[in-house]
This record gives sequence, C-alpha cells and structure tokens, in this order.
Amino acid sequence: MSLSRNDVAKVGLLARLALSDSDLDTMTRELSSIVGFVSQLEKIDTADVSPLAHPLDTQNVFRADVPKPSLTTAEALQSAPRHDGECFLVPAVLGDTGAA
Amino acid sequence: MQPSDMSAVDLVTAVRQGDLTALRATEVFLERIERLDGQINAFLAVDREGALRTAAAIDAKRKAGKPLGPLAGLPVAVKDALCTSDLPTTCASKMLAGFRPPYDAEVVARLRAADAVIVGKTNMDEFAMGGSNENSAFGPVHNPWDLTRAPGGSSGGSAACVAADMAPVAIGSDTGGSIRQPAGLCGITGLKPTYGRVSRRGLVAFASSLDQIGPMARSAADCALLLETIAGHDPGDATSLDLPVPAYGTDLERPLEGVRIGRVPAHFGAGLDPEVAHAVEEAFAAFRAAGATIIDIDMPHADAGVATYYLVAPCEASSNLARYDGAHYGHRAEPGGHRAEPGGAPASGGGFESALVEMYCRSRAEGFGPEVKRRIMLGTYALSAGYYDAYYAKALKVRRLIRQDYLDAFEKVDLIGGPVSATAAFKLGEKSGDPLAMYLVDLYTVCTNLAGVGGISFPCGFTKGGLPIGFQLQAPALAEPLLLRATDRYQHLTDWHRRRPAIAARPR
Repeated sequence: MSLSRNDVAKVGLLARLALSDSDLDTMTRELSSIVGFVSQLEKIDTADVSPLAHPLDTQNVFRADVPKPSLTTAEALQSAPRHDGECFLVPAVLGDTGAA
Repeated sequence: MQPSDMSAVDLVTAVRQGDLTALRATEVFLERIERLDGQINAFLAVDREGALRTAAAIDAKRKAGKPLGPLAGLPVAVKDALCTSDLPTTCASKMLAGFRPPYDAEVVARLRAADAVIVGKTNMDEFAMGGSNENSAFGPVHNPWDLTRAPGGSSGGSAACVAADMAPVAIGSDTGGSIRQPAGLCGITGLKPTYGRVSRRGLVAFASSLDQIGPMARSAADCALLLETIAGHDPGDATSLDLPVPAYGTDLERPLEGVRIGRVPAHFGAGLDPEVAHAVEEAFAAFRAAGATIIDIDMPHADAGVATYYLVAPCEASSNLARYDGAHYGHRAEPGGHRAEPGGAPASGGGFESALVEMYCRSRAEGFGPEVKRRIMLGTYALSAGYYDAYYAKALKVRRLIRQDYLDAFEKVDLIGGPVSATAAFKLGEKSGDPLAMYLVDLYTVCTNLAGVGGISFPCGFTKGGLPIGFQLQAPALAEPLLLRATDRYQHLTDWHRRRPAIAARPR
C-alpha cells in the first residue's frame, strides 16, 4: 500500500497541519510504510464480527441535572494566546485577509 | 533507615506514628531529585516550595490531632499528562508550553485529599505517544540503570524517578503499554488497571477507549496503596466504573494455591531476546513453586495486536488532538512567521482558505513533534472518506476478536503471564529513526488495552549487562486484587524488585 504525495497533502489539510515540501516527502514515505504494515489486518476473516469501539458495555450514563459553578471568564481565558478579557481573539474567519 | 530506602507503605506508617515527619520525607526526596535528575531528566517541573508547604501542613495537622489521609506525607511524582492547577502541564509538548490548567485532574485531587505530597511532574513521550521517551520536546529521559539507554515510554520519567529513588511512587498512564513497558525497562512495578477503574478526568486525552491511569512503585504492595486512593467512580468521567473499590492491600499474603497462570507459547517466538526468555521462564517456575499452576494457552489474534492498535489509537488521537487550535490555549503561530506550504493546496501553491485556517495549520505544525504529527496524519487518513471501512472499521472488528481471545482464555486460567518487552532497555537513538520498529516495541502490551483488562509488570531478572527484565501478568476485568497478590507473592520469593541502580546508591 503506498500513498501519493497528493493524498498526504490532502490529509494534511484535513488534519490542519501545514506541511513543507520536505515534510511531505518524509510523511509520504513513513505513512506508506505504516499503512502497509497495518494492512495485514485484511487477511483476518471478520465477516461475522461486529466492531468493538469500546471495551465497556456501557449504556447511557446519567447524572442529576444540578447547577454547579463552572470556570470563570478569567479562568477560561487564562492560557489563551490572545484575548480581550471577554473573548478569544482569532484571525479573520472568512476570506484570505490579514491575521489578527 | 533513610526515607528513600523505605517502602511507601512503611513511609506512611512512620509518618502516621510520628516516627518520621512529612517534611523530612519530602526534603530527602527533593534533595535526591536535585542531586540526580541533572543526569536522568525524569522531571519537567519540580515543586520544591509547594511540596515543602504541603508537607509542613500535614505535620501541623498531625500535631493538632486532626485525622490524616491514607497517603499522608508520601511524596508522589505525577506524569505531566495530568492537569495540575498549580503547576505547568505540558504533556512534554511545545504545544502546551506555558499552559496552566484551570483545574486539577481527578487523580491529582484525590492524591491531595489523601495528604500525598506532589513533588513534581514527570517527563514523557509527547502526548504519551512513544515507547522510549525520546519523543519528549524537552529531551529524553535517561535510564537510571544505564544512562545511554532509553527508560521506555511513554511514562519514562515516572518509571525512572522511582527506579532512582527520586520518588517512592509515581502516577503513569497506559494507552498501549505506557506504564508496564517503562516499568519493565527500569526494574520497577507498574500497574495498568482495568479500563474505567481510575477516573481520567483531567488526563490529557490520547486514545479515549484505551487510556487508563495507574500506579508505578517499587513493589506490588506500594502499588496497592496508591491504587486504593486513585481508583473509584467519578461522575466527571462517564467511563469511570461505578463500583466499590476493594481494599487492595489486605489480601496480598494469601498463597497462590489453585491459581492458574496461562503461558502463551507464541510469546517465545523469534523476536524474543534469549536472556529475556530465560528470565521469564524462571519466573513461571517461581510461580509454580509458589503454588500456582502453569497452563499453556493460545491467543490466536495476538499477532494482529500492534496493527489493530496503530489504527485504533491514531484514529482516536487525531480526533482528540483536534482541540489544539492555537485559539483557546497552547501554542499559536505568529502571523508572518515561518511559512510552510498549506497542506491541501500544494499544486496551486496558493493560500489557505482563510487566515483562521492558516493560523490553525501553522500553529499545529509548529507545536507538535514528528511522532504526534505522524499519528494525527495516520488517524485522519484511516478515518477519511473511502478508507474508513478498510482501516478503522476493520480494526474495530479485529479488536473484538482480540477481546474474545481474552474472554476465552480466562475460562481456562486466572492470569496470563509472559514477557513485557522483547528486549531489555535499548540504546537512546537505536530505534528513533524508524517509526515502525518503535511501534513493534509494544508487541506484548497493546492487547491488554484493546481488551480493556488489567495488567502489571515487575522485574524478574537482569541481563548479563545488568539491565532489568520485566514480567507481565494480565487479568480479567477488575481482577486487580489478584494481579497485586500474585505479584506480591512473587516479590516475597525473589529480590529483583529490591535491586537499585548504582546511580541511586552512589552519593556524589
């Protein structure tokens, strides 16, 4: 199984990871080798097997709907790279305009 | 006896009886950290002031005749994957440099409530991804038995600090072997509890259907002491089990007559180092001498464990790590800084779809290290349209087969024994250039997490070169009392767990 450089670039955008040209080369090579390795699972017959997403047979877990204190605005913002005291500040959400 | 030579059980007894102050115990370990950690790099943060203040408060409490918690005066090192409101929490990543959690992890809160003394945060593979600690953004941990070798990972700092007596006990986390493998390579005892036994609220999430927090210590008895405090239901973690917590320390001495331990002949295949194989077979002989019966069993899908794990874990990681967006907390790329090609548009060479997306992509590219990026990419790929069924869904089906192997095995045996790693500690740098070779290090440990059961590892011998060799026991869900009892019985017959590396003994 091998991935193309284009596949990897597409995944990079989905994963929100900027990849340089040399990153793309390395990542294409490494991911191809890992995907080749995990593809060994193809050989196992799982025709009548249902997927197991979670080791516990947990049903819905409920708790009482009781109000309790949550983080203050200051606590929520304390590690934010940029904020104005009330909101997180981010660059423009639409269009390719300058960063905030 | 020096507090650093005492078991955790004896240390808390001495504090409770007034034979030792919490302050003295804490000072001794802080002094050892100061003396030794320059060579080992087990700690990312040491809270000297906070630890001494906590210890003094515990002593004052005792003096005033107030009741003390079950871990009163016990110094504890905590893996840097657990949130601490008064200490940095980096997960050994540049992404979280400067991050200060607004709350304590449930386990940290329980340690504080039990009057333990948190001495610092331990080094690890970035976001708990790795088996050698070389993926830390703050430099690797050096194995106290041989400073040129890896301590294992990802809880390598927790394992190394206990091995070098810089803390009597430590907290680790285990997603595919991250407690058991470094415990084995550092010659200490480490327990991965059943999935859901310990609350993970405030543990930085890696793979949520696999992650579990557990104790690391010099003996099973000390692990039992720590587990009793950290285990139990937490309404803040919907996957934590709402079941009573046994008194883990009370049943350790019951003999092993009637206990059946499974041995998997396929574990002794070509990749297993002969010295490790020999020590593991000797441990089976010791268990037989202790009254247990050894029965050969088959785990037909164990071979598929690593491939299954390296789909399930990266898929979950790619989702969990999507939260690092450079907006709410963590690293943020500066506008106009280093410019990388946008991932999705290499052909056009053009811009990102918006300044926000550019900030996301560049912040994450700068903040994450290579292994974390690899796993995010692998998981994103395996979950993407057209590949989901072939990779992620397929892995979940094989996961069910692996769990079924355990259910079948535990019809015949009470425990499964075997090696924890194929070799003793390897050299730093030996495997770091080959991601796949590093993944195979997890061969004997990942299935435990995929099945959601418990496992423990402890030393069962040494190589001719003086490196510890680990033995692993696995048990059905919630059979921690048996895991701890079997290990404790073994540790009464042998003294491997009492051996200390030269660096721990030699005052400099």
